[in-house]
Amino acid sequence: MANRAEKKREPLFHIVKRDTIPFWQSILIRVAAVALALVVCAVVVVLFTDLNPLEVYTTMISGSFGSMRKFWATLQNTAILLCISLAVTPAFKMKFWNIGAEGQVMMGCLGTAACMILIGDKVPSAVLMLIMVVVSILCGMLWGVIPAIFKAYWNTNETLFTLMMNYVAIQLVSFFCTVWENPKGSANIGVINMSSHAGWFPYLFGQQYLLNILIVLVLTIGLYIYLKYNKHGYEISVVGESQNTARYVGMNVKKIIIRTMALSGAICGIAGLLIVAGTNHTMTTSSAGGQGFTAIMVSWLAKFNPLVMILVSFFLVFLDRGAGEIATAFRLNESMADILTGIILFFIIGCEFFVNYQIVFTKRRKEAR
Amino acid sequence: MSKTAALELKKVSKRFGSVVANHQVDLTVYQGEILSVLGENGSGKTTLMNMIAGIYYPDDGQIFVDGKEAVIRSPKDAFDYKIGMIHQHFKLVDVFTATENIVLGLREEKGFDLKKSAARIREISEKYGFEIDPDKKIYQMSVSEKQTVEIIKVLYRGADILILDEPTAVLTPQETQKLFAVLRRMRDDGKAIIIITHKLHEVLALSDRVSVLRKGESIGTVITAETNEAQLTEMMVGKKISLNIDRSEPKNLTDRLVVRNINCSSRDGVKLLDNVTFTARSGEILGIAGIAGSGQRELLESIAGLQHVDSGEILYYDPKTGAEENLRDKTPLQIREMGVRLSFVPEDRLGMGLVGNMDIAENMMLRSYRRGKSIFLEKKQPRTLAEEIIKQLEVVTPSVNTPVRRLSGGNVQKVLVGREISSSPSVLMAAYPVRGLDINSSYLIYKLLNEQKENGVAVIFVGEDLDVLLELCDRILVIGAGRVTGIVDARTATKEEIGLLMTKTEGGEAHG
Repeated sequence: MANRAEKKREPLFHIVKRDTIPFWQSILIRVAAVALALVVCAVVVVLFTDLNPLEVYTTMISGSFGSMRKFWATLQNTAILLCISLAVTPAFKMKFWNIGAEGQVMMGCLGTAACMILIGDKVPSAVLMLIMVVVSILCGMLWGVIPAIFKAYWNTNETLFTLMMNYVAIQLVSFFCTVWENPKGSANIGVINMSSHAGWFPYLFGQQYLLNILIVLVLTIGLYIYLKYNKHGYEISVVGESQNTARYVGMNVKKIIIRTMALSGAICGIAGLLIVAGTNHTMTTSSAGGQGFTAIMVSWLAKFNPLVMILVSFFLVFLDRGAGEIATAFRLNESMADILTGIILFFIIGCEFFVNYQIVFTKRRKEAR
Repeated sequence: MSKTAALELKKVSKRFGSVVANHQVDLTVYQGEILSVLGENGSGKTTLMNMIAGIYYPDDGQIFVDGKEAVIRSPKDAFDYKIGMIHQHFKLVDVFTATENIVLGLREEKGFDLKKSAARIREISEKYGFEIDPDKKIYQMSVSEKQTVEIIKVLYRGADILILDEPTAVLTPQETQKLFAVLRRMRDDGKAIIIITHKLHEVLALSDRVSVLRKGESIGTVITAETNEAQLTEMMVGKKISLNIDRSEPKNLTDRLVVRNINCSSRDGVKLLDNVTFTARSGEILGIAGIAGSGQRELLESIAGLQHVDSGEILYYDPKTGAEENLRDKTPLQIREMGVRLSFVPEDRLGMGLVGNMDIAENMMLRSYRRGKSIFLEKKQPRTLAEEIIKQLEVVTPSVNTPVRRLSGGNVQKVLVGREISSSPSVLMAAYPVRGLDINSSYLIYKLLNEQKENGVAVIFVGEDLDVLLELCDRILVIGAGRVTGIVDARTATKEEIGLLMTKTEGGEAHG
């Protein structure tokens, strides 16, 4: 038979999926990724700013640990991000792509702020606190359950649905910011109950943020147990892996989807409570500050393990604060800090490829045979 | 040999992670011959063929086409070497016609001339005896017609070496005969044909030579005329085994499940089950035969409470009290709470029967996790059950904590069947329980089904291999396009008889 194709060149390498990888090796890859990221960042810093990269890194660390105040603020930021990450986790484990945490948190903020403004001075503080907790949870839950019902009964796309609910929530907050504006004409709420402190979280052992941190810590352990040892947690895993299997063994998939999203929304509501009553004592359209999206990354990087999320969220907050610190300390453009954070994240997320895949270089074969 | 080797593999190896799929495999095929590649599931047949077809790249070894070393990096390279592969799962665009699918991906200098292409397709069809309408859309075609399109697709591209991966798995006996006739004609035309299969009688009927693979290694090549089933089995499995199923006479037959006039339709209103009526009796195995997708799945799922039934009734008679219960419109949970001990081994093992990413113990929990009032999971009992099943059914697994998707097909099935039997069912439904299993595991499953039958369970067995159905079952229900086309006695019926019933559609056209 004539006209066979010309001899082809052998490929230089091909990519093979790994079967399993020893734990130490996966850690090694990740550490190498961070080291490499720091080297690349250093090169970028030298090229663009002429600064000493070591100095830049020291400053970065001082952004989180430079003083007691900074240290507590780091912990507080970590707690809020962790709380929202916990919230999205049950939904993600169920493969319900809830990207509406931002909106659910905003609704929690709105519920809290409404309680503080409308009944802040009318009921005793213990009762007020209780009402705030219930209302914020209900508001977040409502925003989580609506897309879940549509998903369960009519199989709507939850990603688009939850995404759009974010805009509705932000517009609602924007509307009420105008309704409750103080002073008049500012279109801002300002600090709520400035003089009475009604609805503000109390200081614990002289620390403003300690209560926030403790609440999130309890939630973390609770969610860990819920997902791992509770029957609901088991149902969530089964529905996430295969809805067919869930139906086959008689699970009520609709109920599980709605129940899980109610939980997801409720924890977002609590995050809203912590932001307004525990931290800022005010509400703006950027109260959630995009953390509803960052939380998705935290949850994934931690492979949905609440305990690992503590580390991941701390690391992201550390990067963020460090970036802010170098921007001010060296009078750099904000973008420079963003570039550095971007490079580090790129390497950390990119190294997961090498954890899952292996590159095999083709051995030179003997030409003569 | 004086003939030229059309294709020759020398010491080809391929690993996936720690799994060795092929280890130094040699294979030779000549022009004008049909070579069978025989091996159990998981012996590396498909991986080997995928390397020839350019889907995988070998880790080691050499491939020669017409005596010259070839480097095949992609399916396109394979076509350049005139190698064409017909996959087990068809790769066709449903809304395109046969012609459009065949020319898809070709680079024509002056744009496509579909009429010319259709003419060439007719020419190829006539030459080899295919029956095909080039203008018919894929979604209107039967499985065998789709397969024909796949074969013409590679011939159209001028393939001289054809690889067919389990081509008969989805065909009726009659369609298989037709396919074999076509393949013989192609052989006589000088093409080199490689056919992958694990059905021994097909190997003997069709091929000129047989190469046997076992656990990724080549065991040897024999000339078909000089071998027999027993020798091939021994090469395949590595030891002598008897291929007989012990069928006991049914005892104490009592009606356990009566299905009467049930109808089901899909969301688009297409009839899936049409007036299906039958009775499953305790102490016997009722086989269900039919072309894949004729309503077997829907039938079992209606009984299990997973498929909405439009009309008719599904009656269950309690073995102790004799009380009659209607299972229609009940959810799986309700059926269980009524005390109906119904076990179901679904066709899709990892997508329905089990959760692939969970370990064996957690998969045991699927059936039992609700037990008890505690809000926390009881993990000890499922673990004990898992350990028992591993021991009794000889499940090969690194540990109880290994995710089931990492187990081989046979072991996955043992876990699933083990769990379903552990609840001592009164009705056991199994859909294609030996699909993709090696010979030893298959015979273990047959043995388990027979044990259940002897224990007085009403067993319903949906199968695809008619030889097995005839050997294992007591009665066989034949289903065609959602209708019961006949119920025959498995001890007296023949394969041809069942084959005819499978394609019979009253008032409609017969599939071809």
